[in-house]
Amino acid sequence: MRAIDSRNTVPAVAADDRRRWFRGQAFWLVAPALLLLVICLGLPLAIVTLRSFSEPQWGWQNYAWFFGTPVNLTVLQRTFAISAWVTLVCLIAGYPYAYVMTAVGPKMRLVLILCVLVPFWVSGVVRTLAWVILLQDSGVINSVIRAVGLGPVKLIRTQTGVVIGMAQVLLPFMILPLYSVMKTIDLRLMQAARSLGASPARAFAQVYLPLSLPGVYAGAIIVFILALGFYITPALLGGPRSTMLSTLIQNQVLSLLNWGRGGAMGVVLLIATFVLLALAAPLSRQPHKTGSRR
Amino acid sequence: MASPSTRGAAIDLKSVSKHYGSFIALDKVSLGIKPGEFMTLLGPSGSGKTTTLNVIAGFTEVSSGSLDVGGKSVIGVPAHKRNIGVVFQHYALFPHMTVSRNVAYPLTLRGIANPDREARVRKALDMVKMADFGHRFPSELSGGQQQRVALARAIVFDPPLLLMDEPLGALDKKLREWLQLEIKRIHRELGTTFVYVTHDQEEALVLSDRIAVFNQGRIEQIGTGRQLYDEPETLFVGKFVGDSTILRGAASTSGNETAIDIEGRKVAAAKRLADGAKPVMLLRPEKLSLARRGKGGQGRNTLPGRIGEAIYLGSGSKYEVVLADTSKAIVRSSLDAETFAIGDEVDLVFAGSDVKLLADDENADFTLT
Repeated sequence: MRAIDSRNTVPAVAADDRRRWFRGQAFWLVAPALLLLVICLGLPLAIVTLRSFSEPQWGWQNYAWFFGTPVNLTVLQRTFAISAWVTLVCLIAGYPYAYVMTAVGPKMRLVLILCVLVPFWVSGVVRTLAWVILLQDSGVINSVIRAVGLGPVKLIRTQTGVVIGMAQVLLPFMILPLYSVMKTIDLRLMQAARSLGASPARAFAQVYLPLSLPGVYAGAIIVFILALGFYITPALLGGPRSTMLSTLIQNQVLSLLNWGRGGAMGVVLLIATFVLLALAAPLSRQPHKTGSRR
Repeated sequence: MASPSTRGAAIDLKSVSKHYGSFIALDKVSLGIKPGEFMTLLGPSGSGKTTTLNVIAGFTEVSSGSLDVGGKSVIGVPAHKRNIGVVFQHYALFPHMTVSRNVAYPLTLRGIANPDREARVRKALDMVKMADFGHRFPSELSGGQQQRVALARAIVFDPPLLLMDEPLGALDKKLREWLQLEIKRIHRELGTTFVYVTHDQEEALVLSDRIAVFNQGRIEQIGTGRQLYDEPETLFVGKFVGDSTILRGAASTSGNETAIDIEGRKVAAAKRLADGAKPVMLLRPEKLSLARRGKGGQGRNTLPGRIGEAIYLGSGSKYEVVLADTSKAIVRSSLDAETFAIGDEVDLVFAGSDVKLLADDENADFTLT
């Protein structure tokens, strides 16, 4: 066995050389992106954070206001709850879809990918307005529900409507990471599991599902974070009882011109997101090494 | 553990066909495998050998025909209920499980608890000499090590039948040869029926009790390696198993003798084909000898030719001789025989009794993959 292992030392040396070269040059390759990030994200974020402490005067007053006002905490909690629901709906809808994408032929796969991507090419406002028409009390969905004798169900201006609309908009962000992980799963492993005595359901639960988890985590985190900051869809589809934090921020900053309070809300949302990510990080750490020699 | 003679399952395929639309992957294949036998399915890619294996494993449903394993029909029985071990060319180890958990997986599925499970995992890993690697992940092992773990996983639940689909195909030659001997040893120790798929005829000869030669969805011949080499029944078998020289030309038959005319020179053998098929002559390399042009070979068949390639093999030499009709003859000679250089004008000499007379077959040409 040693003889075989030793073959790998030659490319390993080359890889080491490459890495050494890279350490010197890598900075310049990421510099443009880094610059853009600092100017467009880092700087505004710093300004907003600063103003949350400095307006109208220096101190913690904006944070004291935020945590001292019950409606803010309700909205913050609701923002996280809606985001969690949206993530769950996206996962349930996206997982089988991504799996089918890996299983079909190349032509059908192209069609499925297009179905995922086309919504990206349509403005979010347009899509949300379409949902307004679909979800309204006299809309298509309620007509169908009424026709089968279950209706009418209040969808527009409810949390359910917000979740449906947001899930549709965010679904591609779940499907694409799932697909990119699933397409690397060797389906022959399922055949191997079956030959060893696993029923199709057990083979899925014990082999396929664990191997697809990195995609689940990646998709869930992206969808959840995007959902936390969603503005247009909840604003148009939601009612007063489904207001999300972004709407409150918009209200403070643009309507009341209170940059201090708006900034504080943004900072709270950001920190809450980081805390959540830190808690989820151990989950996404894989117990196995994915590197393969083949 | 039961005695070796009772541990293997007999397999009986009767007239098994498999169609994919208009494509016929298997065409009425019948194959009987004895308990404990090492049977190799040999053939070029697309010949139906892997389809046959998949049919036995339960991965592919048959279009028609019957399949018995251990005396019971398994048609319609799903793969996970067949209790058959399978080793794949690409190892198919679960990357998220350690070596030990991979090998324990079929036992877990069968509800076998510790300490029994642990003991059996250790025994199986011992058998493939991977006992020290239990805590590793598959990605930390070399190809040969991964395949040995896959073998341990396929035998740990004592299946009466083990299927192997080109298990050594992705490994280099030295390792392959060593693992062949390991597989042979494990077969001997287990007494399980082994069905082994390969396109490598040398591997088939090293490993097998019997070999079934596949071509275009049919079995051409079933026999021991010696039978296939010495008494090929079809031109395809003669060409696929071992090196061979094929002499083709205008054939004439008189009495019990068949002669073939190659660019004006006749060679003859005291044999004839029963039916009216067009005969060709097949000769094994060690049945041919070489002489300088015009020297020797009296009383035997001789054909003029020129040395096209001379290969020193250590144990002897191998020559490729270009004949008058530009076909090539392969000759193996021992170390003490006269040596020739590329371009030498020679006579190819052989006895009529060493000729295998076979029916010509346009489908006998295969491509190696």
